[in-house]
Amino acid sequence: MKFTIVVFPGSNCDHDAYHAAKHVLGQEAEFVWHKETTLKGADVVVLPGGFSHGDYLRTGAIARFSPIMESVARFAAAGGPVLGICNGFQILCEAGLLPGAMLRNRDLKFHCEHVGVRVEQIDTPFTSLAAKGQVLRIPIAHGEGNYFAEPDVIADLESTRRVVFRYCDPRGELTDEANPNGSLNHIAGICSATRNVVGLMPHPERACESVLGSADGLVLFESVVSQVAAHGAVPTAAS
Amino acid sequence: MSAFDPTVLERHGLTPDEYQRIVRSLGREPTLTELGIFSVMWSEHCSYKSSRIHLKKLPTEGPRVLQGPGENAGAVDIGDGIAAVFKIESHNHPSFIEPYQGAATGVGGIIRDIFTMGARPIALMNSLRFGEMDGPDGARTRRIVEGVVAGIAGYGNSIGIPTVGGEITFDDRYAANPLVNVFCLGTARADALVKGSASGIGNPVYYVGSKTGRDGIHGATMASAEFDEKSAEKRPAVQVGDPFMEKLLLEACLELMKTDALIGVQDMGAAGLTCSTCEMGSRGGAGIEIDVMHVPQRETGMTPYEIMLSESQERMLLVVKKGREAEVERIFEKWDLHAAHIGEVTDDGLMRVKDHGKVVAEIPNSALVDAAPVYNRPTVRPAHLDEVQQLDLASLSPASASDVLLALLGSPTIASKRWVYRQYDHMVRTNTIVLAGMGAGVVRVKGTSRALAMSVDGNGRYCYLDPRRGAMLAVAEASRNVACAGATPIGATNCLNFGNPERPEIMWQLVEAIEGIGEACRALDVPITGGNVSLYNETNGEAIYPTPILGVVGVIDDATKVVTRAFRGAGDEIVLLGEGFGELGGSEYLKVLHGLVKGRPPELDLDRERRLIDLLGRASSAGVIRSAHDCADGGIAVTLAECAFDTGGIGCEIDLPGLKDAPSAATSINDIRVLFGESASRVVVSVRPADRSALMQLAQAAGVPAKLIGTAGGSRLVYRIAGRTVVDFAVDAAERIWSTTIGHHFKGRAA
Repeated sequence: MKFTIVVFPGSNCDHDAYHAAKHVLGQEAEFVWHKETTLKGADVVVLPGGFSHGDYLRTGAIARFSPIMESVARFAAAGGPVLGICNGFQILCEAGLLPGAMLRNRDLKFHCEHVGVRVEQIDTPFTSLAAKGQVLRIPIAHGEGNYFAEPDVIADLESTRRVVFRYCDPRGELTDEANPNGSLNHIAGICSATRNVVGLMPHPERACESVLGSADGLVLFESVVSQVAAHGAVPTAAS
Repeated sequence: MSAFDPTVLERHGLTPDEYQRIVRSLGREPTLTELGIFSVMWSEHCSYKSSRIHLKKLPTEGPRVLQGPGENAGAVDIGDGIAAVFKIESHNHPSFIEPYQGAATGVGGIIRDIFTMGARPIALMNSLRFGEMDGPDGARTRRIVEGVVAGIAGYGNSIGIPTVGGEITFDDRYAANPLVNVFCLGTARADALVKGSASGIGNPVYYVGSKTGRDGIHGATMASAEFDEKSAEKRPAVQVGDPFMEKLLLEACLELMKTDALIGVQDMGAAGLTCSTCEMGSRGGAGIEIDVMHVPQRETGMTPYEIMLSESQERMLLVVKKGREAEVERIFEKWDLHAAHIGEVTDDGLMRVKDHGKVVAEIPNSALVDAAPVYNRPTVRPAHLDEVQQLDLASLSPASASDVLLALLGSPTIASKRWVYRQYDHMVRTNTIVLAGMGAGVVRVKGTSRALAMSVDGNGRYCYLDPRRGAMLAVAEASRNVACAGATPIGATNCLNFGNPERPEIMWQLVEAIEGIGEACRALDVPITGGNVSLYNETNGEAIYPTPILGVVGVIDDATKVVTRAFRGAGDEIVLLGEGFGELGGSEYLKVLHGLVKGRPPELDLDRERRLIDLLGRASSAGVIRSAHDCADGGIAVTLAECAFDTGGIGCEIDLPGLKDAPSAATSINDIRVLFGESASRVVVSVRPADRSALMQLAQAAGVPAKLIGTAGGSRLVYRIAGRTVVDFAVDAAERIWSTTIGHHFKGRAA
């Protein structure tokens, strides 16, 4: 199966996602430049981390207008699995594929460190092989990851079980200290109402090999590989 | 007599003699534009006029060296047909005037030096010196620290190159003259290194990147003068960085380099378009003619003088093959960059600058590059050295060993820098296999089994007390640090930070340090492949400590064998490689506990150091070492504590031998000497009990003293000297002090 990784000007985790998909998982992987309009037969689309357009104006605000984003929206609407990591999550929010926005971290500093991330929902294509409540050790690397949405949006996310990941301590507790950026309800990642679009601030692609300090992020990629294998690809017209 | 008023020459930092030299080399009076061009090319920063004759003493060759000094960066062969390309550079002056942008543009500049060589940058490091965060200048220093750290983070994180570590020292000698030395490492195919040279008559010269503005004019001249209270007025000479633009340039240049359309490339750093034009021409033995009318400009009404001297960031000069223009332009357009065709390569060896077709400057490249003045400045050994080298330990009344340990762990120079490196993305590109703060920086080289280790080190206090030995110790420490990670040191780069070389005492420090570096690099087989000299680090007549910073790169053939500083498990045995002699001269102990900077820095036996480094390589590749950490600031007591930190609280019980020169004297100062003395060439390693004899055999074969000193385990740091307990403290309490010190300086405080 094929991972298509969208490259925006300023993306800088594109190679990391590619490496995880291709060299760690042994799947097909291909870059697609943001000015292109087809996803080259993707089974999974990844919007990688980085600083698309230099984070100028607002994180993800310019990238949402890239030509490729229409294809990404079509792919998502057809049920294709889409993963937005860090800046990719921010782009998905700006594009309206996921609700909410990311504010600056509450201490106004960039944070790069391993954090605890609790898997809240396992009925998404990226968490199907995880256990509910499982605590993953995955790095974050962002200055603006403080998830915010209006109270009614948060309530809706919670009632429809769309909070997929929360920041937690190593035991899975939601302590204030374990919330690295001040996100509401400790939200680290969410999914769309249709559950096939997942965005998260932590970087699972940086935690796919034990030599890097953790392989806990692999479960996201393995999950989607098994899901695509089980349910088949989305119609090619959309990919 | 000069056609210019003496104040014009003074503003350009040119002496009357230098002006006459310009007239001689041109055979006529220069125009104002030409005067500006000479002034930046002959500035200390660009011409190395005070250091050049001494830099020749450094060893720059070796079987692995692919590129020595003279290009944008040096390169060494790491095997598998791959080159490691690296360099260190200073951005001290700009970072004092405008900390965020000064540091950020320093990072941007060193990254450009690496990718212009055809290498993809894969790691950044930095060596920083600030004043004390408490005391009279504390508030200003904290503002500088926050700004510099945020600037490094802002640039490196955005462009997506991990900042994998570095070192930071606090001392009031840097309060009005902080040091920001930035190091970058990249990898390239060894047979595809790109040079910064122009050749092929008629080949087009392109300008790519940001537009040229009036920022940074005379930055190189600023970096070649001392500071005074009017320095803030020089703020317009600091540039503003745009990491997004540089990311596009980086990707576009690397894409272009995969074709064979490129002849040469150089970034426009110090002295901007001037330096890149004449250096590329000079290296290729050619001339370059440009018309500034084609140079993209940010502001209207810029004169040729301003365009040639601007130091606007994120700009590159390229020479490409004639006939391949369309292909080149297409690549840059893909990245939304505009490549402007501004001139051609010529065969006359001249740098010819036109403005709308009219010649405004015409200078032989050789006059700018090779005929620059070279000074053999007078040197004098500072008179105060004899006095400061005297150290009377008998006059000290030391605190208890436990109190000293806690004081040192809470000294910002020794304390954990997590508050800093947490702001750096140190993991992007998924190569970082030793996380920041756990030892030397180590990145794997994808597609091979190898990894590269790097360390930047220097000790200004040691160099103040004895510049020659201090510089040698810097080479030894950086080499030892990469060896602790399991790497073989294979090359080095240096950044020489000193005061005003026109003062003979400063010049003496510089010469001593360079000769010390040369001697140590020769003995340890780490050739210098490039670097940078930063002089005039003085404010209101007070110089910084002489601070040579060494960046050493090592290769680990099997990345799975990498070693870090932290203990791995209870029950492991702890072995000291090397010997302590209780040397307190220049130590962190004297500074922190007694406010003294006295004595002589530790002795260094280069042969002993070399044997230790070889042993570390052998023992780690044999897989017998579980952790390794060298003894430096704060001595073995601090080293052992740091081995216990970041382990989840694994303590140790240690019994150290007494001093050889005072075996039975259990006085408090002798305990201090054993615990906190900073003798060189020592490493604490831990091994599984079953592997100890293998390690001891390797050590014996290498001729390195090795002694079992204790066991890892428990939750306390228990240190004994000849059986007598001198420290007994909980690891978690000690770790709290060590890990929170720096952050506390910024908490709830207007920094």
